[in-house]
Amino acid sequence: MVEESSGRPIIEVIHLDFYYGDVRALKDVTMEIKARRVTALIGPSGCGKSTFLRLLNRMNDLIPGTRVQGSVMFDGMDLYSDAVDPVEIRRKIGMVFQKPNPFPKSIYNNVAYGPRLTGTGSRDELDEIVVRALKSAALWDEVKDILDRSAMELSGGQQQRLCIARALAMEPEVLLMDEPTSALDPIATAHIEELLKELKKRYTVIIVTHNMQQAARVSDETAFFFMGELVEMGPTERIFTRPLVERTEHYITGRFG
Amino acid sequence: MRGQLKTRRRREKAAFASIRFASFLVLAALGGIILFLVVHGIGAMSWGFLTDFPRDSMTKGGIFPAIVGTLLLTLGAILVALPLGVASAIYLSEYAKEGKTLTIVRLGIQNLAGVPSVVFGLFGLAFFVVFFGMGTSIMAGSFTLGLLILPVVIGASEEALRQVPATFREASLALGATRWQTIRKVVLPAALPGILTGSILGIGRAAGETAPIMFTAATFYALHLPSSVFDPVMALPYHVFVLATAGTHIDETRPLQYGTVLVLMALVLGLDFVAIAVRARMRRKKRW
Repeated sequence: MVEESSGRPIIEVIHLDFYYGDVRALKDVTMEIKARRVTALIGPSGCGKSTFLRLLNRMNDLIPGTRVQGSVMFDGMDLYSDAVDPVEIRRKIGMVFQKPNPFPKSIYNNVAYGPRLTGTGSRDELDEIVVRALKSAALWDEVKDILDRSAMELSGGQQQRLCIARALAMEPEVLLMDEPTSALDPIATAHIEELLKELKKRYTVIIVTHNMQQAARVSDETAFFFMGELVEMGPTERIFTRPLVERTEHYITGRFG
Repeated sequence: MRGQLKTRRRREKAAFASIRFASFLVLAALGGIILFLVVHGIGAMSWGFLTDFPRDSMTKGGIFPAIVGTLLLTLGAILVALPLGVASAIYLSEYAKEGKTLTIVRLGIQNLAGVPSVVFGLFGLAFFVVFFGMGTSIMAGSFTLGLLILPVVIGASEEALRQVPATFREASLALGATRWQTIRKVVLPAALPGILTGSILGIGRAAGETAPIMFTAATFYALHLPSSVFDPVMALPYHVFVLATAGTHIDETRPLQYGTVLVLMALVLGLDFVAIAVRARMRRKKRW
C-alpha cells in the first residue's frame, strides 16, 4: 500500500524478490523513494529491512548464494541489469553502517579515500573536498586541528560522523544508513539526528532504524516491513498516527517487536 | 562409591602431573641446549671472532664472512618469499573460490612445507644453479631458501589477511572501490604488520638451514666478502658443518664450532624476539 504524495521519486523498486539460497528474504516489494527526503525503514529484527537497504547499492552482491528478482530503477536505469557496474552505483549511492567503521588511517585520509579512488589528484582539490565533507557531517570544528591523527582515536559518535563525511566526500545522490546510531550513546545519537535534517536538503537519505521514536523524529516517509514484505508505506506522521494496517499499529505501539 | 571417587581423583592427579612434566621437559630441552652452547661457546666469543676472517685452516680468527653470508642469504630468501607468498595468500584468501582448484593448491602448499630440506637443496642445484646458470651463488641460495620458507610466509599472510575485519572491506566497497583497490589500499596495509612478523618467525628457519645452501650458495672458505649476488658466500650453518666434519684439525676448531653455533642461535632467537616484540606492540596499538 504505497500512497501518492508530492516529491520526485529517485528510486523505484518494482516487484523485488530476494533469496538467501532457498530462503525468500524479501517478497514482492514495490516502493518509491522520494528525492531529498528522509525515508525510514522500520520493522522487527529479521523483517528484511537491512537486506532491502543493502540491495539499493548492490552490497548484497558480496554475499555468495544470493539471488535478486525484479528491478530497482535509479536515474532511469535498472541497478540489476547486466550493463550496470556495481562499483559505479556505489559511488552514487553511499552507505553508512551500523558500527562506525573508519579505516585505520588518519582522519584526512579516511575522508579523502573515496575521491582518491576516482583519481581526484591535486592536493588543493582534495583539501577542499575533505573540508566540505567534514563540515557537512558537522565534524569539522572538532577535528580541524587533528586531521593527521588516526581516526581510531575519535569517540564512537565522532567516528560515525567521520564515516558519514567519508560517504559524503563522494557527493552521492543517495545516502543509505543502516541503524547508524544503534552503537552510539544518546548525545552522539542526537548529533546524528540533527545532522540528518541538514543532509536531506541536499541528499536523499534512507535510514534503517530499530528505534521508533527516531523514525518519528527524523523521517518524512516511513516504510514498515514484516516477514520480508512491505506492509505499509506513507508520510511518517500518518503512519504513526493513523496507520492503515492493523499490524503496523501493533508494531509502532509496541505490542510486538 | 567413595572408593571410586578416590581412584578417580588419584588418576586425575597422575594425569595432570604427567602433562605438567611433559611440558617442563620441553622447556628443559630448550634450556639445556642453550646452556650447553653458552658453556662451550662463550670461550670463543670476542670482538675479533665476530669481525675477523678465519685464519690458519679455520683454527683461528673469526667468522665474519659467515655472519655476513647468512644475513645476505636470509635477506635474499625474504625478498623471494615475501612477494610470492603475499601474492599467493591474497589469491587464496581474497579471490579464489572454494572448490577443487583451491583444495589442490592448498594441498600443494602443505606438502611443500613437508618436503625435506635436502630435497630443496638438490632441486635448487638442478634448477637454479645448473638450469638457470646462476652457479653456486647468493642468488641461487636465496631462491632455494625462499621456496623453503614460502609455505610459512603464505600461512602467516593468510592468517594476517583473515584478521582484517570484514567491516573495512565493506566500507571500502561501499565507497565504490573495486576489490583490487580495497585489497591494495585497505586490507594489505592493515595486514602488513601481521604478515611481516609472522614471516620473520618463519625466516629463522631459513637462517639456520644447511642442506638447501650447501649445493647452491655456500662455500667452504672465502677470501673476500661477496661482490655480487652471483658470488658464493660462507654461511653460519654450513661453517659449523665444515668445522665438524671436513677440517683437518677438528679438535682445534671445536671451540670455534660452538662459538659459531652460539652466534647462529643468537641471530635466530634475536630475530624471533624482534618479531614477537613488534607483534605484541602492534596488538596493543590496534583497536579493531
